[in-house]
Amino acid sequence: MGTVCVGGVYPAGCEKKRDTAAHSLLIGSGRGVFIEITHRCSPTLKWLTTSESFQLSRVCDIRNTVGNVPMEWYQDYPHIGYNLDGKKIFKPIRNKDELDEFLDKMENPDYWRTVHDKTTASDIRLTDEQVDLVHRLQKGQFGDVNFNEYEPSVDFFTNEVMIHPVTNRPQDKRSFIPSLIEKEKVSKLVHAIKMGWIKPRKPKETTPQYYDLWAKEDPNAILGRHKMHVPAPKMRLPGHEESYNPPPEYLLTEEERLVWEQQDAEDRKLPFLPQKHSCLRAVPAFSRFIHERFERCLDLYLCPRQRKMRVNVNPEDLIPKLPKPKDLQPFPTTMSLVYRGHTSLVRSISASPTGQWLVSGSDDFTVRFWEVNTGRCMKTLEVGGAVKSVAWNPNPAVCLVAVCFERTVLLLNPSLGDRLVVSSTDQLITAYEPPEEDKEQAVTWALSEGLEHNMGHRLTLTHPKAVKQVVWHGKGDYLSSVMPDNSSNLQVLIHQVSKRRTQNPFRKNKGLVQCVSFHPLRPYFFVATQRYVRVYNLIKQELTKKLMTNCKWISSMAIHPGGDNLICGSYDCRLAWFDLDLSTKPYKMLRHHKKALRGVAYHRNYPLFASGADDGSVIVCHGMVYNDLLQNPLIVPVKVLKGHQITHDLGVLDVTFHPTQPWVFSSGADTTIRLFT
Amino acid sequence: MGGLQKKKYERGSATNYITRNKARKKLQLSLADFRRLCILKGIYPHEPKHKKKVNKGSTAPRTFYLLKDIRFLLHEPIVRKFREYKVFVRKLRKAYGKAEWTAVERLRDNKPGYKLDHIIKERYPTFIDALRDIDDALSMCFLFSTFARTGKCHVQTITLCRRLTVEWMNYVVTSRSLRKVFISIKGIYYQAEVLGQLITWLVPYQFAHDHPTDVDYRVMATFTEMYTTLFGFINFRLYQTLNLVYPPKLDSKAESELKAEHEEDYAMDSESYLEKLSALSASLARVVATAEEEEENQLDQFPADGEDLENMEAREKEQKEQEAQNRLFEGLKFFLNREVPRESLAFILRCFGAEVSWDKSLCIGGTYNVTDETITHQIVDRPDIDKQYINRYYIQPQWVFDSVNAKMRLPVEDYFLGVTLPPHLSPFVEEKDGDYVPPEKLKLMALQRGEKHVQEEEEDDDDDDDDEEYNDEVDDEDLTEEKNLKKMEDQRSQGKQTLAVKVTPGKVKPWETGSVGNKVRLEKEEKAEEKRLAIMMMKKKEKYLYDKIMFGKKRTTREANKLAAKRKAHEDTSKAEKKQKKAKKQ
Repeated sequence: MGTVCVGGVYPAGCEKKRDTAAHSLLIGSGRGVFIEITHRCSPTLKWLTTSESFQLSRVCDIRNTVGNVPMEWYQDYPHIGYNLDGKKIFKPIRNKDELDEFLDKMENPDYWRTVHDKTTASDIRLTDEQVDLVHRLQKGQFGDVNFNEYEPSVDFFTNEVMIHPVTNRPQDKRSFIPSLIEKEKVSKLVHAIKMGWIKPRKPKETTPQYYDLWAKEDPNAILGRHKMHVPAPKMRLPGHEESYNPPPEYLLTEEERLVWEQQDAEDRKLPFLPQKHSCLRAVPAFSRFIHERFERCLDLYLCPRQRKMRVNVNPEDLIPKLPKPKDLQPFPTTMSLVYRGHTSLVRSISASPTGQWLVSGSDDFTVRFWEVNTGRCMKTLEVGGAVKSVAWNPNPAVCLVAVCFERTVLLLNPSLGDRLVVSSTDQLITAYEPPEEDKEQAVTWALSEGLEHNMGHRLTLTHPKAVKQVVWHGKGDYLSSVMPDNSSNLQVLIHQVSKRRTQNPFRKNKGLVQCVSFHPLRPYFFVATQRYVRVYNLIKQELTKKLMTNCKWISSMAIHPGGDNLICGSYDCRLAWFDLDLSTKPYKMLRHHKKALRGVAYHRNYPLFASGADDGSVIVCHGMVYNDLLQNPLIVPVKVLKGHQITHDLGVLDVTFHPTQPWVFSSGADTTIRLFT
Repeated sequence: MGGLQKKKYERGSATNYITRNKARKKLQLSLADFRRLCILKGIYPHEPKHKKKVNKGSTAPRTFYLLKDIRFLLHEPIVRKFREYKVFVRKLRKAYGKAEWTAVERLRDNKPGYKLDHIIKERYPTFIDALRDIDDALSMCFLFSTFARTGKCHVQTITLCRRLTVEWMNYVVTSRSLRKVFISIKGIYYQAEVLGQLITWLVPYQFAHDHPTDVDYRVMATFTEMYTTLFGFINFRLYQTLNLVYPPKLDSKAESELKAEHEEDYAMDSESYLEKLSALSASLARVVATAEEEEENQLDQFPADGEDLENMEAREKEQKEQEAQNRLFEGLKFFLNREVPRESLAFILRCFGAEVSWDKSLCIGGTYNVTDETITHQIVDRPDIDKQYINRYYIQPQWVFDSVNAKMRLPVEDYFLGVTLPPHLSPFVEEKDGDYVPPEKLKLMALQRGEKHVQEEEEDDDDDDDDEEYNDEVDDEDLTEEKNLKKMEDQRSQGKQTLAVKVTPGKVKPWETGSVGNKVRLEKEEKAEEKRLAIMMMKKKEKYLYDKIMFGKKRTTREANKLAAKRKAHEDTSKAEKKQKKAKKQ
């Protein structure tokens, strides 16, 4: 392609194309453009090579005759087209790859003036003339060097007026006589005006005409639409703060004004700044007046309208009418005694069946026995671990206290109260005769002797895992212990003291056991897992009921001495009250505590139950179930007892009622036990 | 068995609503035209109850219209006019492009127009409906009538708005239906009671508007188009009810009176009549010329008993009060100085039966001069005036507004020239229980009840603040003071308001100490505890509602307390300042 320059004359068809090409070339300047050309990525440049090559075809014969077809069509062939003689033009043996390209770019001094011709698949080195041409086009000059664009123009006609006309022809006759066609047209118009078909234009009325639009008010015109229509609410009427001279209290102080200015327009309570002007003359125009009007317009046609029912309720009516607590007496009302002595939080308390003694277990590794009426600590026993739970045997003929700490359940004889009872209890324990064939048991029973015996220890049950809770059966012979463990079925054990036997009643693990309880009268056993309470029949050895507590995590459980009702306290601040005869769902859900419940208790005689929680309060409720089945049970909170201090986010840890009096004991994290009477 | 599976979104709420874009396509209108149509026909979007269902499962924010509404729009003749107009614009553009000026003229002459009469009738089937919805129309027309006649909208619209508002004001003056007025920082609020409907409108101050750029004047113009039509019909009907000529004409007697000598100098002939009307100083011509309609609107006496009788009495009393208010300024002669807003004051004063005039240079239609000896009040809004007549009061304009709101002529002393004005209170605020009531309002209420001395005492208290003097007074008027205190206390117990009154040392009441007091206190505590326990037993839903109500109540009391505290602080500081001044003087 060495001879591009041919006299600077382009074929006519190429003219337009050239312009565009020149334009596109103008984009870059100098070297940048040539780099583009060599990279063969500018489609607008393609024509240059092709049309020029078309030019050249006359000169030399290495021209491709396939025409303007996509060259990809020849991708799979060895040739790339045909020359003028109809011979195949073959592709070069080896295509250049990127590396070749790069090397070429680095080494070839003429690389910048090399152009790839797709039609012949060959590189063409532009001659100096061609490069010059490109340069000129870039600058917007004509391609031809010799072309003078500022040549003086030559007029076709002279601008001077000549004395002779161009033609000497006389004028036509028709330019002297009136046109017949026009006459006909005019006569038609005249006729139309005469006949009144054409009238002069009426001046248009610009002012609107008003009349009595509602002269005939038709009741039928009120359609369903009008009834459904929600009229737009009226604009809010202005308050004192909008006055030009408001009372001083409505003006914003400096801080309030700053806050107002920093707020977003939507957050502002007032859409304007209250201002005070000394006289009417000083009041300026309100700058947002048109804005506000416009916003109102927008509200009128863009806002969805809705009828909103406004609840007009007297808040007093919402409060349920409950019987007066005064009528539901007796219940504990005041804190009367504080039992001090423990040095760490008191986890568990239990009252003796006679109501004379109270036992408490604490994290300071001690168990203390208190006289209820005086608040005197009768005995302190050191045990080898933090006491998790204590339980006094409910049988009045037996004086035994179960204490659990770590992996041990200890049966103590506190030697308090009636001597006969104390000695008979000791006899009961010593009267045990080991059976002939020793069975392997889950726990080891050990009789205490010597010093320990003197301290009151009677029997030691060593469990395989840490024990959390112990409970007695109502008869006082059986005792159950809980070892919470998510992965095994050995969570609950039932021990018989007289025979020193231990049973594992459950073969399967149904979830982490929180607490267990015996039915006071019938052979039922309650097991509370995290969310459910399961009731088992111990004789039939089957599941009788599964109570859904709707709680997230049960913390404690208590059963009414009649056995018909059950309450469940949970860590999510709820207390569920179940009627076992009615349903497996709670009959009543009380959410009166602010924090997690830790302990719940039923009174043995009175219709009272109490709950203690981490908010430091004990709430006593009156829960009455009537024999008449038609009457709904009455559950009324009667007293909120406060007294415990909250330490380490823990308040009341355990509550228990006095067996005979309407008194409630509570033990707290503030190391005290309190008696409310 | 079986049958076809039910497709989703082909029944129920999904079919009752239509999105805006679909509605637009259905009506074959551009968005601007659709908006215009919605404005004119009063169609507004609806918020479906289950938006996701209506939106066919999508949660994209969309505007929904009721399908019924859109179907209703389909039959609107205006829609065709919109299309015609579109074609007209196209033709006109073409003619312009081809420079065919005759065609342009012809097209211009045949410009398609439309009337909104039928839409008004359809939207408001009864007159009362229309009257109820006129608030916005009034405010809008008053705003448009203050626009300069350049650019922002058609001059015809502005003049029409002006004409209609003047007509309205004349009607209110003639029917004497103005009730409340309020000068706010935005403009002047008026409230009139027309045919039993309370109508409130806002008039901007007479200043050139700083036209904002982010306001779409086309929307406003469309609203104004609708409002002017509505407003005109309402005016016509209202004039009819009063037997007035519509369009309004001045009384022939008044017209001759108003004939100024150099009328031509003042305004063009076409405009001077409107100006004269807008001067509001003359009465209007009636269809049937009746001699001074002074008939008493007596309520008929019906035999009634019990509750009806009470109602009747209350109504009668109200009527009497109303009439008294209507004659508030009757017999007074006002003169407006140059610097006061003439139109609003003339309007208010004329509404309550006063005679008004102003300087000739201010406006056409003044009936008497400053030098007139019979003038009783001159309204001035400057600190001092050179030449003062001795037989008239020089007062600031706020007196008129406050008197109208108080429904009585207030003592003029507080409103003399150069005097610091008392706060101007909003007449629209009705304090409920627990709301804060500014002490000025309490004073005013006492004044309305006819307790003159309270006010004076307070005045004394404000004027000279020597505590000893005050104590002497207390000694003198122990009885009255006691009464007042009791009243105040009653009010406080009713509304828990904190009043800015002085606390006098009280006596120790016997029940506050001793066993009886304990009992009372215990009982109270017991009650409180009972309530607390009962609240514990509330259901979750009710508890939520209860908490919400109580929260709102607490907030209102908190706000009221805040205002009271602010007032107290302000009073303390002002008192201290006064004392300091006094000390300096001595």
